[in-house]
Amino acid sequence: MNTATTDHDAKPNFKQSVARVLADPSVSEIFTRATDRKDTARLAALADLDDPLGVRNLAAQIKNHTLQNLDRYLKQLVDKVRKLGGHVHFARTGEQAKEIMVGIAREAGVKNIVKAKSMVSEEIELNDELIGAGFDVVETDLGEFILQLANEKPSHIVTPVAHKLKEDIAELFKEKLGIEYTTDPPTLTAAARKYLRAKFKAADMGITGVNFAVAETGTICIVTNEGNGRMCTSRPKVLVSLMGIEKVVPRMKDLAVLLKLLGKSATGQRMTCYTSLFNGPKQADDLDGPEEFHLVIMDRGRTDILSKLEYRYILRCIRCGACLNTCPVYKIIGGHAYQSVYPGPIGTMLTPLFNSFEEYQDLPLACSLCGACYDACPVRMDIPTTLIQMRNELLKQGYVPFLYRMGFKGWRIGMLSKFLYRWGSRMARIFMKPITRKGWIRWLPSMASGWTDHRDLPAMARKPFHRQWKKLLKEIETEEQH
Amino acid sequence: MRVSLFVTCLTDLYYPDVAKCVVRVLRRLGVDVEFPKKQTCCGQPALNSGMIGEARSVAAHMIDVFEDAELVVSPSGSCCAIIREHYPHLFKDDPDMLARALALGAKTFELVEFLQKKLKVDWSQWNLKFPGVATYHYSCHHRGIGMSPQEVPRLLKQIEGLEYRQLDKLDQCCGFGGTFSIKSPAISGAMTRDKVACIKKTGADLVVINEGGCTLNIIGCCHREGIKVKAIHIAEILDRAMQNGKAERGTGR
Repeated sequence: MNTATTDHDAKPNFKQSVARVLADPSVSEIFTRATDRKDTARLAALADLDDPLGVRNLAAQIKNHTLQNLDRYLKQLVDKVRKLGGHVHFARTGEQAKEIMVGIAREAGVKNIVKAKSMVSEEIELNDELIGAGFDVVETDLGEFILQLANEKPSHIVTPVAHKLKEDIAELFKEKLGIEYTTDPPTLTAAARKYLRAKFKAADMGITGVNFAVAETGTICIVTNEGNGRMCTSRPKVLVSLMGIEKVVPRMKDLAVLLKLLGKSATGQRMTCYTSLFNGPKQADDLDGPEEFHLVIMDRGRTDILSKLEYRYILRCIRCGACLNTCPVYKIIGGHAYQSVYPGPIGTMLTPLFNSFEEYQDLPLACSLCGACYDACPVRMDIPTTLIQMRNELLKQGYVPFLYRMGFKGWRIGMLSKFLYRWGSRMARIFMKPITRKGWIRWLPSMASGWTDHRDLPAMARKPFHRQWKKLLKEIETEEQH
Repeated sequence: MRVSLFVTCLTDLYYPDVAKCVVRVLRRLGVDVEFPKKQTCCGQPALNSGMIGEARSVAAHMIDVFEDAELVVSPSGSCCAIIREHYPHLFKDDPDMLARALALGAKTFELVEFLQKKLKVDWSQWNLKFPGVATYHYSCHHRGIGMSPQEVPRLLKQIEGLEYRQLDKLDQCCGFGGTFSIKSPAISGAMTRDKVACIKKTGADLVVINEGGCTLNIIGCCHREGIKVKAIHIAEILDRAMQNGKAERGTGR
């Protein structure tokens, strides 16, 4: 099943894409199944910790502290990486990051690139750039590999093929890898493994993302489940790691806290299968490792977010995807409907900030503020409150309809006075009388039609409580006397 | 003990019977109830829509009205969550108002929370009886005030004659979300239909919903989809269950 729009240059139209996925009931079935399992597993794994909330609060503190001192820790990281013999590059924009990476590959004279999963590289569509520059680039994470073959985008930040069934993959592998049709996962995985093994052998450059970069030691940490990351970092002679500026953590101790939470929150694993730590290029006494190591540190709008106090904490995110797995909206519309690299609750916050509120004005509204994500977030991001803030931003930037704004101005006046509240609610009942049939309203005009498109509205009570209070009190007092 | 009833706008205008039951239940438990007449709305609709200015002035009105109350009790958890969780955000730049907001938050309780955690009612004395088959919808804002999805079912299970059937996806949002329901109607509608399907699957004739917004949404969708289930507030169940228990004590044995 493909729920993606392949045309990335098209202007995002959230309402349209939502209508499209809602028309296909299999979307919510697939995403509900894919996320429920991980959501339950997360809770079970976190229960392993003596004090899950305490660890989450500590993780939030570590991230806050780092963000408040980001310049200092980035400098420490850069110094350490250089001391280890690595090269460090700064990219203000995505374009610059791509230029730098193409430059590194050209300079080193490489041909074949193997790549580990990286959401930052998705942000800048790095593969298109490298392939366009003439390099052979292969995604080696099984999910990303499948997407590359299918020419699709991830629908989940941790499990990018959340939208695909094994039947889809069977068809795809038959067509692209020339194997016999089978829906047996081990056989399909073995086919991918065989294909990728040859690619690993031929690779002269590896690219990874960065889950964490430890400032005190210059260590890069990536977590994977398939060992493909380790193949990318140890075999090719050139290694490039691409990170957002917010991925730095001060000390190894801090890394330990965050690693305690990442696997558990993401997939319900106590620990991911592989946690790879590497320090710069191959040293004299190392058995393997790259001859050349580059760290590309990319800003791409992050400093901007850092400078806004009400949004700064969004940079605490460790990309575990727990908010996606628990979100009732994501479960129903899936990942592609968001039309952005980051879907789900984290995407509704990051996407307008990375791009513009104009382009993505529907995303902050695509949330019932239920708070399930706030409960799930390992670094305790108060996502609902932030989305309220972003809705306020929409208002300030002029994306709230006139009628709606006026409605709330009138509502405010009414709510500040007992008389107006009581009179207004009486009027509302009278106005709704002509459209009320047998105690129900099936149709409402204008913006309120959103309600009656999907449900009926009961008529207001004949007598509101505030007109019954005195009588009630008398009744109770008489009863109590008897 | 004296409490001020914050009835909330939706309960006032749509479900006055619920409010009446709240008062009766509290009085029977020996709690004095007063009803501050100037009360209107907590400001939630504006807040959810990002209309911070409007939300702030209505919140200030709310703080004025309930400032002198000893305790505030409300049949709606979301309004309590707004007062406790969001008022401090609204007034974070105004120390005086912030202090008043925090003071109001500290004495505001949702009904079940008040009965179970503050009053610590021993229901075994009441011989609670209520016939029926009920399921329960857990409203999202209840997590904001520290109420687990099992809090209300624990109480329901103490009522003789009432069969409790747990809902699939118990802690999943019903899709109401205040203005979300009209600003993102397609998503909201799909979420609501999902919730209603879970309710239908239980085969219960009653769905306990302790939240005016969720009730309007769920019952409105049930009506549209032709699903025959009645929404009931825990206050209505307790009121009748207490009466039934009392009647039996009076006539029997």
